[in-house]
Amino acid sequence: MSTSNFTRRGVLKTGAIAGAGLATPTFFTAGSASAFTNDPTGSSVTFGFNVPQTGPYADEGMDELRAFELAVEHLNGEGDGGMLNTFSSNALGGNGILGKKVAFVTGDTQTKSDAARASAQSMIQKDGAIMISGGSSSGVAVAVQGLCQEAGVIFMAGLTHSNDTTGKDRKRNGFRHFFNAYMSAAALAPVLKKEYGADRKAYHLTADYTWGWTQQASIAAATEAVGWQTVNNVLTPLADTDFSAYIAPVLNSGADVLVLNHYGGNMVNSLTQAVQFGLRDKMVNGKQFEIVVPLYSELMAKGAGKNIGGILGSTNWSWKLQDEGTKAFVKSFGTKYGFPPSNAAHTCYVQTLLYADAAARAGSFNPCAIVEALEGFEFDGLGNGKTLYRADDHQCFKDVLVQKGNAEAANEYELLEIVEVTPVDQVTYASDHPMFAGGELGECNAGA
Amino acid sequence: MFGLNSKDTRAFLLIATLAMLAPILLNPFPTGSALAQFNAGYPDLMQRFVIFGIFAIGFNILFGLTGYLSFGHAAFLGVGSYSAVWMFKLLSMNVVPALILSVIVAALFSVFIGFVSLRRSGIYFSILTLAFAQMSFNLAYSVFTPITNGETGLQVYNSDPQYLMAEGDPTVTHFFGLEMRETFTLQLGGWSFDFAAGYYMCAFLLLAAFYLSVRIFRSPFGLTLRAIKSNQQRVNYTGLNARPYTLAAFVISGMYAGLAGGLLACMDPLAGAERMQWTASGEVVLMTILGGAGTLIGPVLGAGFIKYFENIFSKINDTVLHQWFAFMPDGLENVIVTIVHPFIGKGWNLTLGLMFMAVVIFLPGGLVEGGQRIGKLFSKRTPSDAASTADRPTE
Repeated sequence: MSTSNFTRRGVLKTGAIAGAGLATPTFFTAGSASAFTNDPTGSSVTFGFNVPQTGPYADEGMDELRAFELAVEHLNGEGDGGMLNTFSSNALGGNGILGKKVAFVTGDTQTKSDAARASAQSMIQKDGAIMISGGSSSGVAVAVQGLCQEAGVIFMAGLTHSNDTTGKDRKRNGFRHFFNAYMSAAALAPVLKKEYGADRKAYHLTADYTWGWTQQASIAAATEAVGWQTVNNVLTPLADTDFSAYIAPVLNSGADVLVLNHYGGNMVNSLTQAVQFGLRDKMVNGKQFEIVVPLYSELMAKGAGKNIGGILGSTNWSWKLQDEGTKAFVKSFGTKYGFPPSNAAHTCYVQTLLYADAAARAGSFNPCAIVEALEGFEFDGLGNGKTLYRADDHQCFKDVLVQKGNAEAANEYELLEIVEVTPVDQVTYASDHPMFAGGELGECNAGA
Repeated sequence: MFGLNSKDTRAFLLIATLAMLAPILLNPFPTGSALAQFNAGYPDLMQRFVIFGIFAIGFNILFGLTGYLSFGHAAFLGVGSYSAVWMFKLLSMNVVPALILSVIVAALFSVFIGFVSLRRSGIYFSILTLAFAQMSFNLAYSVFTPITNGETGLQVYNSDPQYLMAEGDPTVTHFFGLEMRETFTLQLGGWSFDFAAGYYMCAFLLLAAFYLSVRIFRSPFGLTLRAIKSNQQRVNYTGLNARPYTLAAFVISGMYAGLAGGLLACMDPLAGAERMQWTASGEVVLMTILGGAGTLIGPVLGAGFIKYFENIFSKINDTVLHQWFAFMPDGLENVIVTIVHPFIGKGWNLTLGLMFMAVVIFLPGGLVEGGQRIGKLFSKRTPSDAASTADRPTE
């Protein structure tokens, strides 16, 4: 078989050269001179917007992308400036950040941790992104936050509602503006008690991943505190689209409230199916059967349509709020795209501005300087009233909205109406609360 | 060389050269130019090229030689990743124990699945493997969450025990102190080339995997597997029990998948259940067929092709398109962007699907056949050479 003309000497030589070639990269380990990863040296600074463009949260992802584009326009001084005019900090002048024009790259997370990390890696390694934002699933957000911590760039979480993102998976390089499951539950429970009474039996359907678990645990704890009982909790796979098999057993369980710990496309399907099963027309234990959706969004309301009439849920923000910041943002978003922004769009827009502002205040893009600028930062004028970025866990604390579905809405954007604005004090918790325990921020990492 | 005939040596040297020079070859466009969008020479993607190359080479040992089409190979990839991350959590961030365990666990797992599935052949075998992989996916996704951390994915935390970790050891994955993310960047004029330690570690393992696969293809064992592919009944009638051979091939390819899974975790210490999903199993089938099933070099090409589309095309967005076509009049520019829009960004699957169809219809032998045809065009004058290559489609 061996018919090659290679001599032993030749093989040894090539082997030695190949070996040297293999070892070369190790000789230059201290290659880069910059103090931190992707130090922007040119005239522009690159952000990476990593959102789901496919999968169950794709609608949210597309709206996030719109908001990011708007934010970049405003930072570069195009358009009407939006919330830059109402923001309590005046470090940004609408001429980019620290004299550098803002550029951005986008990627598809596919609502999968793996794909999201690959996409974020390529933004960091190939495009030189200094900050990554986005994510419409807590699983993805947690995974990408971990990656950013290792790579030494800042992660400004977009839509992620799990307690774990700033709880047991919190990281020094990661920041979250969006509210979380605990806050949803704390805001909802008193309203639920008022509307439906203290003697209720709840049946939970829960998306089977980090967000679903913490959402379910939070709402169960909060409703049990006002006197409710939890009859059962059934976990459903995130990739499922048909929930009829899960809904049928609800009626025989003796429960009189169904809590749907679902989000995005999942929630649209499960809610629609629950309504089609006639759950809301039933009387159980002498009481009207009710459905609760702890985390609401405008896009889900749009998907579920008239089915959401009378159903309670919580949101981070609403375009119907009447403060100056909200009005400015809704106006510029509406002018550009022709419809009002969603929660997801708002939080992503705000996160981009907050990062830019922190860089401007710190006078540097060094992640450690930005961490320092954001920790304990208090601001106003971004739509949620007075807000604090808590230093202990990098979570924003602000008012939470309880909203109710309105079946008689004039159009698909009016489907939700605000029932109550729960003040920030009512949703604040200690950073070592048992639902958030076990995490450590660690040290800030500036990378290279 | 090394017991290979001259033709295989050439193939091996070709792969070796490509692998070693990939950081340069894959970055043909100067950074900052408009075409830099198509550069693929950054460490993360190159690592994926090589790792999925290993995965596809292993798959090809089963599919290309025995003809058994497994639709569940992603299960071994996932198991390999989980094992590796557990090693990081329990021992230290050194990649060696992680890789060893991931190969062993994948082997055990494939012995079990292979033993059951190989009792049937053809479509029944495919369905059995698919069922096992989906079971593993669902188990990893919900039932085994304490081991796999469910949808969030298994990660390494500061609070993990890491019994072998000494004070001052790197907290990122490393090979006896050489950090996997260590990168040397070479600036040459407008070009910038990244040479990453992690990439070269993967490339080295790819070469080892490729060499082993060549030896298997050329061994009596490989010949038996081919005999099973062409006519299993006849093999049985000659008194040879085929099942131990197919099981061996199944386990070997499972170990390759485990190694690939372990490497994925070494480059990025996170393991998610979606690595086991049926789409991931289908992807390796696509890679092998796209590159050329049964050929030595094909699966590596196919893996590179698919990963390139997934990572490069999915990142082209409308803004980028408008930059490209900015030289056109406004109306025309918008028309062109509208036409191209469905094929880029989230539409990368569509583009890939069209390419796949074109390859399967016009080049049934995959990209390798394309290469052979081009080669033949240039060597028309020496018909004897052309004939000898045409006779050996399995190379």
